[in-house]
Amino acid sequence: MDAFASHYTYWVTVFLMAAGLYIMIARGNLVKKLVGLGIFQTSVYLLYIAPGKLIGGTAPIVAEAYKVYSNPLPHVLILTAIVVGIATLALGLAIVVRIREAYGSIEEDDILALDAEPGKRA
Amino acid sequence: MLEHLPALQVVVPLAAAPLIVLLRRPRVAWLLASAAALFAFVAALVLAAEVASTGAISYHLGSWPPPWGIEYRVDALSAFVLVLVAGVGAVVMPYAWRSIPAELPRDQHYLFYALQCLCLAGLLGMTITGDAFNVFVFMEVASLSMYVLIALGRDRRALLAAYQYLILGTIGATFYVIGVGLLYLLTGTLNIADLAQRLPELAGSRPALAALAFITVGVSLKLALFPLHLWLPNAYAYAPSVVTAFLAATATKVSVYVLLRFYFGVFGARQVVESLPVTGILIGLSVVAIVTASLVALWQADFKRLLAYSSVAQIGYITLGIGIANESGLTATVLHLFNHGVTKGALFLLVGGIALRAGGAGFEQLRGLGRAMPLTSLGITLAGLSLIGVPGTAGFISKWYLVLGALQAGQWWLAALVVATSLIAVAYVWRFVEAAYLSAPDERSAPAGEAPRVMLIASWLAVGACFWFGIDTAYTVEGARRAALFMLGGLP
Repeated sequence: MDAFASHYTYWVTVFLMAAGLYIMIARGNLVKKLVGLGIFQTSVYLLYIAPGKLIGGTAPIVAEAYKVYSNPLPHVLILTAIVVGIATLALGLAIVVRIREAYGSIEEDDILALDAEPGKRA
Repeated sequence: MLEHLPALQVVVPLAAAPLIVLLRRPRVAWLLASAAALFAFVAALVLAAEVASTGAISYHLGSWPPPWGIEYRVDALSAFVLVLVAGVGAVVMPYAWRSIPAELPRDQHYLFYALQCLCLAGLLGMTITGDAFNVFVFMEVASLSMYVLIALGRDRRALLAAYQYLILGTIGATFYVIGVGLLYLLTGTLNIADLAQRLPELAGSRPALAALAFITVGVSLKLALFPLHLWLPNAYAYAPSVVTAFLAATATKVSVYVLLRFYFGVFGARQVVESLPVTGILIGLSVVAIVTASLVALWQADFKRLLAYSSVAQIGYITLGIGIANESGLTATVLHLFNHGVTKGALFLLVGGIALRAGGAGFEQLRGLGRAMPLTSLGITLAGLSLIGVPGTAGFISKWYLVLGALQAGQWWLAALVVATSLIAVAYVWRFVEAAYLSAPDERSAPAGEAPRVMLIASWLAVGACFWFGIDTAYTVEGARRAALFMLGGLP
């Protein structure tokens, strides 16, 4: 039970990861898929940042009074990953807007059906 | 200047992109993008020559020594991939001069050139960097620009293809970061050389195995290993011609490189090959990829799509070499990475010419093409020979080493399979020959003559390369063998 409780950040990470992946696979709505993608990527932020935190640790300051500090590198890495995540989400939404303009729908099933029809006529 | 070449290799195309966006004029944009691509190619050649004479180059960005700073590392393997990526990047630029105005509205040209530069910078960065997290950043730079490049296609289905690639590509990249994160938690370092030193003592621990699994799946999504290839056929089929040629020749190949780097540069041949069933899984998936994708290719109604499925099959040959995992097998992998890049690049460039003149590359539009577009048809037939692996072409050399590797490993049935599946390639290339040379032209959709001259020159450069590297193999085989030895630990 202790092992379970002391690693709770990992359980949260795994849950978010699985939930995000499930949404991406199970939902046909293109925007909902992107929501899933966002949740999936967020789980990775947690995976990196949580282990970098030490209880009672401070920011990495070189001074006599501070002995224990949290590792700053994961924060920096995840700042980069967040920027990448925002860019991906923005691009994904932009493509969905264009898809809606071209097809008049953002449901995957409708779009696939729309594409199948002209092929049959030709 | 020369000592900073590893950084400039990436920085020049990267810096060209915002400049192009600021200047906007289509001709200026083309000129800048071409200059950047040409610079990258020359830089790659110089670096490769330097590596061949003096050994691996380690460049410390901002003079921060590794493992604290980011290290750029050019060695036998990365120099080889750099030359391929930058070379294809340079060859497609003159082609884009005529092809892009035909496919995109004038006010989007500068965006295409800016994205092309970003994509090139991302792929070169993935290849040259020696830092595992930096690989992810460059992977996303390359991927995000690829999604947009694909979405530029004229057909509305290009949008859906780009969206699907975005979803799957991001899952792949995120899996990769999860893997790298686990490695970082274990070792406290992100430098690839440093990781390789610290991992052996942790070999077999559960997080290390999980990291290997996440990285394998993530990168396999990017390199379109069966059954993770579903994004590829639509993306290749609906993207603008230049984009398809560039992506088919480079994007998946760089991902193969990342996989090689992690298998043999980080986890080490001993762990991946000997103590885990990784190679068995890779061989199994590769075999399925080769057989099914070749068969699916055979039934496509569109030639561009046929070539896309053929790419999935050819990636199977590349990963098969990793699965065989002896010197000849890895030589074959690196060789096929290069040779198939050149061959598929040539084919997609030529098909772009057909799409421009005939309005598409469906098989009914190819009828009688031998008469209307003789040079294009001849080029496709010749590059098709290289795709099959006929002696005298580049494709033959890599398949030769693949068969050799399979026999040396005692897997004669794999050798037989490589030969047998080449026959399927004969069948799908024959479909083109039959349509182009043996069918009467269709009066309604007869193409309006040969493709523009610059496009032909660029395409024939690539076709020439298929034969050049099939006859004079000194550069490719030697480079690939050095890379294979390097991976197996025989070279420093």
